[in-house]
Amino acid sequence: MEIIDILISASFWTAAIRIASPLIFAALGELVCERAGVLNLGIEGIMVVGAFAGWMAVYLGGGLWLGVAVAMASGMLFGLLHGTLTVPFGLSQHVVGLGITLLATSLTYYCYRLALPEVTSPPKIEAFQPFEIPLLSDIPLVGPALFSQTPLTYLAFVLVIVVTVVLYRTPLGLALRAAGENPAAVEAQGLSVTAIRMGAVMVGSGLMAVGGAFLTMSAFNSFFFEMVNGRGWICIALVVFGSWRPGKTLLGAVLFAAFDALQIRVQQTSLGADIPYQIFLMAPYILSILALVIMSRRAQVPAALMVPFNKGER
Amino acid sequence: MTKTDEAQVVLRLSSITKRFGKLTANDAISFDLAKGEVIALLGENGAGKTTLMNILFGHYTADEGEVEVFGQRLPPSQPKAALQAGVGMVHQHFTLADNMTVLENIVLGTEPLWRMGFGRSAARRRILALVEDYGLRVDPDATVGSLTVGERQRVEILKALYRDARILILDEPTAVLTPQETEDLFATMRKAVAHGLSVIFISHKLHEVTAISSRVVVLRHGKLVAEARTADLDRHQLAQMMVGAEVPPPAVREAAPGEVLVALEGVSTPDRGAAPGLKSANMALRGGQIIGMAGVSGNGQAALADLIGGLIAPASGRLRLKDGVPSDWSPRAALAAGIARIPEDRHKTGTIADFDLTENAVLELYAKPPFSRRGWMDWGAARDFTQKVIERYDVRCPGAETRIRLLSGGNMQKLILGRVLETAPDVVLANQPVRGLDIGALTYVHEQLLAARDRGAAVLLISEDLDEITALSDVIHVISEGRLSPAFGRGELTTAELGVWMAGHGFEGETHAA
Repeated sequence: MEIIDILISASFWTAAIRIASPLIFAALGELVCERAGVLNLGIEGIMVVGAFAGWMAVYLGGGLWLGVAVAMASGMLFGLLHGTLTVPFGLSQHVVGLGITLLATSLTYYCYRLALPEVTSPPKIEAFQPFEIPLLSDIPLVGPALFSQTPLTYLAFVLVIVVTVVLYRTPLGLALRAAGENPAAVEAQGLSVTAIRMGAVMVGSGLMAVGGAFLTMSAFNSFFFEMVNGRGWICIALVVFGSWRPGKTLLGAVLFAAFDALQIRVQQTSLGADIPYQIFLMAPYILSILALVIMSRRAQVPAALMVPFNKGER
Repeated sequence: MTKTDEAQVVLRLSSITKRFGKLTANDAISFDLAKGEVIALLGENGAGKTTLMNILFGHYTADEGEVEVFGQRLPPSQPKAALQAGVGMVHQHFTLADNMTVLENIVLGTEPLWRMGFGRSAARRRILALVEDYGLRVDPDATVGSLTVGERQRVEILKALYRDARILILDEPTAVLTPQETEDLFATMRKAVAHGLSVIFISHKLHEVTAISSRVVVLRHGKLVAEARTADLDRHQLAQMMVGAEVPPPAVREAAPGEVLVALEGVSTPDRGAAPGLKSANMALRGGQIIGMAGVSGNGQAALADLIGGLIAPASGRLRLKDGVPSDWSPRAALAAGIARIPEDRHKTGTIADFDLTENAVLELYAKPPFSRRGWMDWGAARDFTQKVIERYDVRCPGAETRIRLLSGGNMQKLILGRVLETAPDVVLANQPVRGLDIGALTYVHEQLLAARDRGAAVLLISEDLDEITALSDVIHVISEGRLSPAFGRGELTTAELGVWMAGHGFEGETHAA
C-alpha cells in the first residue's frame, strides 16, 4: 500500500500546497473577472507575463516584493487592454481573451530575447524561501504542509479570505456580483457598470500575473518557455468547479494539485514500472474532469457572464 | 391644458425630442408634474412612453430638450443624478439580480463602495418600516430568484422608496399583475401620494387610468396629443385620443363549429421553474372556432403552447388528434398534423434575426416540396412563396432578401402570419399574436385570424389582454396556475367574472367560494 504511505507523508502535502498556490492566485483572478460578468481567456498569457515580469524585476536587482508588485502591474496593464476591448467596446470575450493570450505570450518571449540575447540557459534568481511559522509548523502533517511554505503561498490563502469578505460583506462586492448577474440593476441604481467591470478585470488580471510570478519566484527560480503550461486553462475549470465561490475554488486547486503531486510519486512506485508514465500524467486531468462533472451540476453561473452591457440598449 | 401651480411643480419636461435613425420616438414633448399628483402616461405600444421615461431617468440621452427636477436641470444620461434628485423608476423589465437577497438588491448602490461591510440590520429595519408604511409585503432576506412577479415589483418599488424617491415612475406596472395584485399596487400608490410623493403611471389600460390618475397625458406616434384632468374624460374619449381614430371592433360573424381537431384529456405537464405546467387540463379545439385562453402571464400558457406545438409531450393524460392519439409527439408531428404556430416571442422563437425574409418564410416548410427535393433546396420556389406572402399580407420591406432584423415588429409578425396561414393549417396556435403591434397591424392580424376561422380552422388565441379575448373568441377558457376553467361561450361571463377566474378562484378543489 505504497499509495497510503504517500498520502500520509508530509512531503506529499507540502508539494500539493506548493503546486496549488499559483492556481489559487490565478483562479481567484479569473473568479473576480467572471463574477463581474467578464470571461478572461487572457489568463494563460497574463500568467506568462507575470512570470517573466516578476522574475526580470528581481534579476535586474529589485527586491522580491517589488517583483511581485511589478508582476501585478504588468497583469493589470493587460487587464486594461482586455477590459477596454470587452467592456466599453463590447467585443467578443472569447476572441479578445485568446488574442490577449497569444499577444502576451509572444510579447514576453520577444522581451526575453531582447533582454537576454546571449544566454542559453536562463539565469536563476534568489527566490522566496520557505518561512516556518513558529509553533504551527510543528503540528504533524498539517504543520509542514500549511505552515512551512513560502510567503507567497501564505498570501494566496489570505487572498482567498480577502476576496470572500469583499464579495460577500462589502458594498463593492455587492455591486461586483450584481454586475455579473444583471448589469441593468447596477445601472438603475446609479452605479457605472463599465467602471465596475473594468476594475474587476484589471484586479483579476493582476492576480493572474502574480500566479504566474509564483512559478518564477517561488517554485522554479528561473524563467523558461512553456513554464505556465496550461495552468491558466486549469484555472478556468477550477472556477467552474468552485461554483464561482472563492472557498470552493481553493478546494478545487488543492485537489488538482494533490492529484498532480500524487501521480509523480506513484510513478516511482512498483505501479509505475508496469504502467506507461503518460497515463500518470493524464490522471490529474481525467480526475479533474470527473470532479468537474460532479461539482458543476448545481453550479450557479453568473447570469450575465459573457454578456456585454450597452448603456441605453434593451 | 391644465396649468399647474408653479410652486408645486416637482418635475418639468421641456420639449424633449429623441430620434432613433429615421424614427422620431419623442417629438418635442413637454409637461409638468405636481406634488402629490398621479399622472397617467397613456399611449399605444410604440407611442414613445418608455423612451420618454428612459430619458427622464438618464438611460437615454435626449437629442433636444431638458428635464428639471425640483427646479434643477438634470444632467443628461446620468441615472445617478436622477436618483439623487429623487426620481425612482420601476422598469417594465425588472432590474434585479436574481442570485441576491431582497435586502442586497435594495442596498446596492446606496452605500459608498469603498468601505468594510454594510449596515445590514439598519437596512433591514428601514426596509421593514417601508414595507409597513406602504403595504409592500415582501421578506427582506428572501432570494429574489424565488419571488413571484408581483413580489419582485414590490422590491423595485422598495428600491425607489429606500432612496427617498419623491417622484415614482412606474412603467406598465400592471402588465404582469392579477387584478387583485393591481388593487394592492393602487393602494400602495395612494399611500405614496398621501406621503407627498408624485407618481407617473404608464399604461395602456383605460380602466386603470381612470381608476388611479388625477391627470392624463396621451402620447401618439411620439407626440403629446392631449393633456387633461382624468375626471373630465370618459374611457371612450381616452381610447379615441390614444389611437387617434374610432376603432371599430372586428365584425364577428356567426361561428360554425366543426369537428374536434385537437383534444386535451386530463393532460398534465411538468412545472418549469416558477412557470407552472398544466394540471389535468381538459379542452377541445374545434374547427371553425376561435378558442380564447385568458389569464395572467406565467400561469401555464407557455406549457399549453409548447404542448400544442409539439415541444413537450403530456406527462400524464392524453392529447388526441382528429385521427387518434399520436404515438410520438414532436414539433414535426405537430406540423404534420396541420398545426401551425404564431410563437409568443417573434424575435426569440419565431424568426432568425440575421436570416433574410425568404429563409425565415420557409423556416418550418423547407424540408417539404416544393421548397426542397431530394435534399436540395429550391430557392426559386422559396422566393416565389415569400413574394406571395409579402404581397398578400402587406409586409412592408425593401425586398425578400432583407435581413428580418431590419423589419418592424408589425411587419415581422405579418410575415409569420403569412407563413402560417398560407399553408392553410387545420389548427392555428396564436400565442400573443398582437403583442407590441400598432393598431393597424393589430386589426389586420385579428381579421386574418377570423378569416382562418371562417375557413374552418381551429384558432387557439392565447392573450393577456382580456378585451382582445372577449372581442374575438367564440369559446373562452381561463388558465390559472396551470388549471383550465370550463369552456364559456361568447358573452357568457362578464369581464369581472372572468377576472375572478383569472385570480384563481372557482377551480375544482377550491375550498372557499369565489
